[in-house]
Amino acid sequence: MEKLIGVWIAAFLTLCIYSFLYRDNPFYRFAEHLFVGISVGYGIVLSIHQGLIPLAWTPFWQAITQWPPGWGLTKLIPIAIGLLFFARLIPNYAWLIRYPIAILMGIGSGLAIPNVMQADIFRQVHGTLVPFSQIHAGTLSGSEIFGAILMLIGVISTLTYFFFSVEHRGVVGGVSKVGIIFLMIGFGSAFGNTVMGRVSLLIQRVEFLLQDWLHLI
Amino acid sequence: MLKQIMQIDRRIIFILVALAVIIPTLLKVSFPITISEPTRKLYDYIEDLPSGSTVLIAFDYGPSSMAELQPMGTAFLRHCFQKKIRVIGMTLVTEGATLGYETMQEAAKTTGAIDGVDYVYLGFRPGTIQVMLGMGTTINNIFESDYKEKPLAEIPMMEGIKNYDQIDLVLDLASSSTTEAWITYINTRYNQKIAAGVTGVIISQMYPYLQTEQLIGLMSGLLGAAEYETLIETPAKATKRMSVQSFVHLLVFGLVILGNVAFFIQKRENENV
Amino acid sequence: MRRQVPLALCFVFGVVMVLIEFSPHPYSKFLYNEVINWSLIITPFALVLGVATLVQTHWIRIRRRAEYWQYSFVVFIGMIVMVAIGIPFGPSHKAFAWLFKYIQTPMDATMFSLLAFFIASASYRAFRARTLEATLLLVAALIVMIGNAPIGDLIWNKIMPFGENLPSTARQWILENPNLSSRRGVILGVSLGVISQSIRIILGIERSYLGGGD
Repeated sequence: MEKLIGVWIAAFLTLCIYSFLYRDNPFYRFAEHLFVGISVGYGIVLSIHQGLIPLAWTPFWQAITQWPPGWGLTKLIPIAIGLLFFARLIPNYAWLIRYPIAILMGIGSGLAIPNVMQADIFRQVHGTLVPFSQIHAGTLSGSEIFGAILMLIGVISTLTYFFFSVEHRGVVGGVSKVGIIFLMIGFGSAFGNTVMGRVSLLIQRVEFLLQDWLHLI
Repeated sequence: MLKQIMQIDRRIIFILVALAVIIPTLLKVSFPITISEPTRKLYDYIEDLPSGSTVLIAFDYGPSSMAELQPMGTAFLRHCFQKKIRVIGMTLVTEGATLGYETMQEAAKTTGAIDGVDYVYLGFRPGTIQVMLGMGTTINNIFESDYKEKPLAEIPMMEGIKNYDQIDLVLDLASSSTTEAWITYINTRYNQKIAAGVTGVIISQMYPYLQTEQLIGLMSGLLGAAEYETLIETPAKATKRMSVQSFVHLLVFGLVILGNVAFFIQKRENENV
Repeated sequence: MRRQVPLALCFVFGVVMVLIEFSPHPYSKFLYNEVINWSLIITPFALVLGVATLVQTHWIRIRRRAEYWQYSFVVFIGMIVMVAIGIPFGPSHKAFAWLFKYIQTPMDATMFSLLAFFIASASYRAFRARTLEATLLLVAALIVMIGNAPIGDLIWNKIMPFGENLPSTARQWILENPNLSSRRGVILGVSLGVISQSIRIILGIERSYLGGGD
């Protein structure tokens, strides 16, 4: 019974949103605002049940109820820092939010530097150059050699295009034009895949309406 | 006439798109799927894993991407359960919490997998990078209990699983930048094998990581899901939907060609005038 | 206090995280785990604040009678219902899951599925091969679209006597070669930007995250 009611409500809301394709109307606006409210409510529940309670409340409770007091008491410090976020809601003390933000920014930036360097720079440059050692060893076929050379040209020309400190004239201009060609092909392939991505959502909704709601298939 | 073609009301195009989806869906058309190399690599990796191995799936997507990623998750889970590979599910995005749970339950029902023995669903924790890195030390630090609040210590499957050392593969089902985060922080720091199933929008961004083997396999959108269903010989939702997808692609292809033909004809007429 | 202390905190935590990465000492590992735990504890508060801010925004809209202010009541009703069920019973409860499955999920999915219509419309109206670059983009997009569709290979194999499954092969070649090269160039450029920005944040040169005022 709850499934039947749920399907009819879902179908109604789906059609409310699709009514926007004709034009903006009260049904669409109602569904849009309901969606915002439900999503925010869902976010609150998850943030508290799967975030605050296990990661903040549980360590806090364990810290203050532990006897004798141990290392767990240090958990009170990040909890106090986290509570400073709510200073944002009090105009005279809103500046206190800078403390937790600064700590999170520092941690994030510190983690990023070595890991991004390793994963996105060293490994990617390595990946670009490794085929040439394989060419030297004679383990690549003709088409693979062509692919490796094409890849090197593409990477260098794309990087040259994004290097705006030098004017794009002469040799630099020519190389950056080649970079634009690679970028355009890349964006075209991204567009082709995006069409597939968006259309699959539509197919799923139509399947729901025809199968689960109208039982036509 | 040309001007009318070029300025056709967009609602007519909307109707054509709707018909291109509704009619093939009603007619239940079906086309064979060609398997691509990235999907085959992921399939082969799971095929080579011995029974009793452990895989972690991160359901990092919401309802706006579930049409593509849920069939991927279901097909992959079916494959794992058939091979008696244990699965740990979790998510780094709020909406993924309920979706991941439903996907695991659905796959378990069709294969007879048992919660706590063959799979466990941990749920959501906020923090993305911190959660990933925290699990590298001890999973228990981040997830003391599963999604239904049963302590991990009481779950038979989690005995002996402390961190990534006991996990043979992390599969990220993603609609945003979480795959890059898994690669940057977990593959780099712990040498953990990572694979991904991503939506159409971010497929092209994954290929550099595939070439460097920072990703050992990739399922690309709904097509990737259909390919995996074909590989495990269980055609399901993704295979049906890809057949319908074909008609919309043909429609868009035709519209683009028509629009350009009209454009060039008009351009030539203007030049002659 | 208002700017110097946060900048100092950012510097200390940033430098510590960079140095820890290169130190295998057990004390470094312990410090690393503690810092990660601290950030895990602090992060949920930011999530809750984000939600509280959204509630505040809609409350102000109602008070000021902004355009369509009546719909803000719909926002609050939806939110209160989810919270009333979710907080006492938890997210794995049947009623909460029902609301998510039959109200949030369909609306979320349908909102994004609207894009399928707009993509088709925009492709028809705006996708023109006016220049060489636009033509390349167009051709690549068309090859990938047809390569993605199973019907592409089916039609090709029936009509053409050569090149079995050429559309999907061509699609794969584009993704693995020119697309890969351009994406790698973008990854390298963006990564260099991320690293330089991270250094600027740690050194206190980049301060926009502190906001305006004193």
